[in-house]
Amino acid sequence: MSPSGTKAVSTILDRVIASERTVSVFVVLLGFLCGTVLILAVGRNPLHMYEALIQTLTGFDLTRGTWNSRYIGEWLTASLPLILCGMSMGFAARTGLFNIGAEGQYIVGLTVAQFVALFGPRVPGLHWMLAVVAGGLAGAGWGGIVGWLKARFAVSEVVATIMLNYVAFFLSRYFTRLIPDANTYRTPAFPETATLSNRLLEDLTNGSRLNTGLFVALLACLAYWFIIERTRLGFSLRATGLNKEAARYGGIKVTKAIVVSMSIAGAFAGLAGVVVALGSFSYGRVLGGYDNYGFNGIAVALVGNSSAGGTLISGLLFGMLASAQPLMQSRQIPKEVTWIISGLVVVFISLRSGFRMLLEWRAKRAAARGERLVEGDGSE
Amino acid sequence: MAGYAIEMLDITKVFPGVVANDDVTLRVAENEIHAILGENGAGKSTLMSILFGLYSPDKGRIRIHGSDAAIKDPNDATELGIGMVHQHFKLVHNYSVTENIILGLEPRSRFGTVDLGGAERRVAELSRQYGLAVEPKAKIESITVGMQQRVEILKILYRNADILIFDEPTAVLTPQEVDELISIMRRLKAEGKTIILITHKLREIKEVAERCTVLRRGHCIGTVDVATTSEDELARMMVGREVKFRIEKHAPKPGPVILQIESLTVKNSKGYPAVQNLSLEVRSGEIVGVAGVDGNGQTELIQAITGLGDCESGRILFKGRDITLASIRERIRMGMGHIPEDRHKHGLVLDFRLDENLVLKTFDAPPFSDSLGMMDFAAIASHGERLISQYDIRAGQGSATTARSMSGGNQQKAIIAREIDLSPDLLVVAQPTRGLDVGAIEYIHKRIVDERDKGRAVLLISFELDEVMDLCDRIAAISKGEIVGIVDAEGADERAIGAMMAGIAKPEARP
Repeated sequence: MSPSGTKAVSTILDRVIASERTVSVFVVLLGFLCGTVLILAVGRNPLHMYEALIQTLTGFDLTRGTWNSRYIGEWLTASLPLILCGMSMGFAARTGLFNIGAEGQYIVGLTVAQFVALFGPRVPGLHWMLAVVAGGLAGAGWGGIVGWLKARFAVSEVVATIMLNYVAFFLSRYFTRLIPDANTYRTPAFPETATLSNRLLEDLTNGSRLNTGLFVALLACLAYWFIIERTRLGFSLRATGLNKEAARYGGIKVTKAIVVSMSIAGAFAGLAGVVVALGSFSYGRVLGGYDNYGFNGIAVALVGNSSAGGTLISGLLFGMLASAQPLMQSRQIPKEVTWIISGLVVVFISLRSGFRMLLEWRAKRAAARGERLVEGDGSE
Repeated sequence: MAGYAIEMLDITKVFPGVVANDDVTLRVAENEIHAILGENGAGKSTLMSILFGLYSPDKGRIRIHGSDAAIKDPNDATELGIGMVHQHFKLVHNYSVTENIILGLEPRSRFGTVDLGGAERRVAELSRQYGLAVEPKAKIESITVGMQQRVEILKILYRNADILIFDEPTAVLTPQEVDELISIMRRLKAEGKTIILITHKLREIKEVAERCTVLRRGHCIGTVDVATTSEDELARMMVGREVKFRIEKHAPKPGPVILQIESLTVKNSKGYPAVQNLSLEVRSGEIVGVAGVDGNGQTELIQAITGLGDCESGRILFKGRDITLASIRERIRMGMGHIPEDRHKHGLVLDFRLDENLVLKTFDAPPFSDSLGMMDFAAIASHGERLISQYDIRAGQGSATTARSMSGGNQQKAIIAREIDLSPDLLVVAQPTRGLDVGAIEYIHKRIVDERDKGRAVLLISFELDEVMDLCDRIAAISKGEIVGIVDAEGADERAIGAMMAGIAKPEARP
């Protein structure tokens, strides 16, 4: 490569790695590039994948020239639990915790919401709100247990959350099956007052399952941003996450921060459970396996850099990949491509430090050639 | 002289953003003791790492005993007879002296097993030859730091080195151990070895070295004969200007007792008592120094006083109130400032902005946050700007600079600004000048004396005896977690303090 070419490449690289945001965008583009190459390699037309994605995002079917807003609604519906679980993971990460237990907190939130839906007061307006609050609190409690175990007994949150995922799963199955008239996979239908279905949103999206959960997620996102960026609590949590020892030295009660952070993280995952239980289903489920939203939330938070806005966008991205699957299949594109793309995005984002090393190496080489000799400022 | 053992010619080494060595030339004669003098960050360690094969130079040549040498890794260096005594020892603590020495070079017996007996005889013989008095069968964990250093020396001699590099060897030693080390160096020279001594302590150079090469900010300032060069001249070469070594301060005017420690016992992380039955008083308007070698309970003592660690027994009274069980925040609120030993671990959140770091202890109260728990970032930024100009903190983007991107000296200034701005009644200062250059050291010492003159109580913990002797009004020597003796700094005898640091109680009467 010519010197000017090399320089251009390193300038672009510099820009990309300069901020976490550009890294995420770059990494997502790279993921799609790989997906495109892969589709070419198996002898299909990658344009069909993009057609499917465009249809998911806008509702336009480019092959037939039709428009159906239901696709947008389904995309948003699929994104909601991903956004909420991403925020669960991300909030804990900001405090330096690895919340791999969003799945368990999600299940607890979902289960409690189902119970409130079936046995709560059937007052319109109040009933579903009660379910939302109860589910969020249940998730907070489930996360808080982990925080308390870590703060009090120094139990690794990674181990504790994984274990509690199983506990949540089997408790949910056990208690849900005790409900009268429940069979091995479902409970009786929820009363109308309990569901999150929203006539306006349904009408707007041509009868999709989009529901009031949309507002729950948006409010949660706002709360996330507000707590982290604007409040004293957020400041102490961020300090704890970046340097626990310095936070303690500054007078912050680190143990309390851990419990609070895990509780709030759990609340987000619990809300995800509520939104799925009462938004996408009209009856309680006896879970047959993990829904995996909690685990996918890890990827969402990683790509979203654990910020409120980033997690929202990255949740929408992963939601798009998930809800585009049937449209891809109908266009002879293997739906597994979406998983490959999500997987690659996560792998690439983990390579961030690799990019940084590459950049440092380049700077070093440039310096060795004498292109850029920067003297120390002399203060040390 | 009979030619050069080492010639490093026109060495240049660049790290991203910094030229660590810029056209540096070092010539060490055969069988000489050659000192390399320079401040932290002057490029001494880089130069030696290049000689030892840890870094490869971007430019320049190395000649060993008159012939060109390509040193790609430490194995090449070892083969050429170059050995290095690192500042931080590299020893396996539950192995014996001999086992550590032969590690990687285990002699085999006829049956393929390790010939430990033979190795022990060889180690004993080397130890005798150079007057090291090391017991070959002793476990590393049971011998003193000074002895551990000799094991490092033996490790090199065992590998037949004839050029020995000592990297800041006296940093961890008591004054007595320093004397012993110097006589060992002389003995090594007498046995025909060539020695390079890396240091920033002028006195050691005057005492043992024949010639001295001075580095400053990556440049070679010159090589001088030690015998004909005064300490002042060496200092001027090192710093680039006149340096006052004496700290100017008036006699202290001690007031009431601010900090009172009563028979304090603190356990370390392994559950052993690190501080034992320790009592100490600090009055307002005085600086009390705790002198001791690293690892004698200083860290645990500070943590107990500041609340970072728990006490086992005893009491700590601050302004007459028992704070033994008080939280860290309560102690801060009561007026305790703390300049921590490890500024990266405790002092700063490196990925926070500078202004956020400057409110690390006060963010939870007005004007930085209100009663509803909302932060006021505008107030934080203007507070940051005020401290930046008041304490002359150099930061590229002002209060928005990330702490990580600042130089060590400015990071320390930021911590000092934050702590002094609390206007604390008690300032606990640990290792305030470690790793800083002379300019920053002077500044920090002056600020500490200013605090004393304002009537604050200052407790200083430092591993540099010189710093304690210069700065303090009273000196408490600590050894194995106990205060061995307390003396007035005025007219204090360095030898006597050294003896106390080694655990030998202050003699009642001296001739």
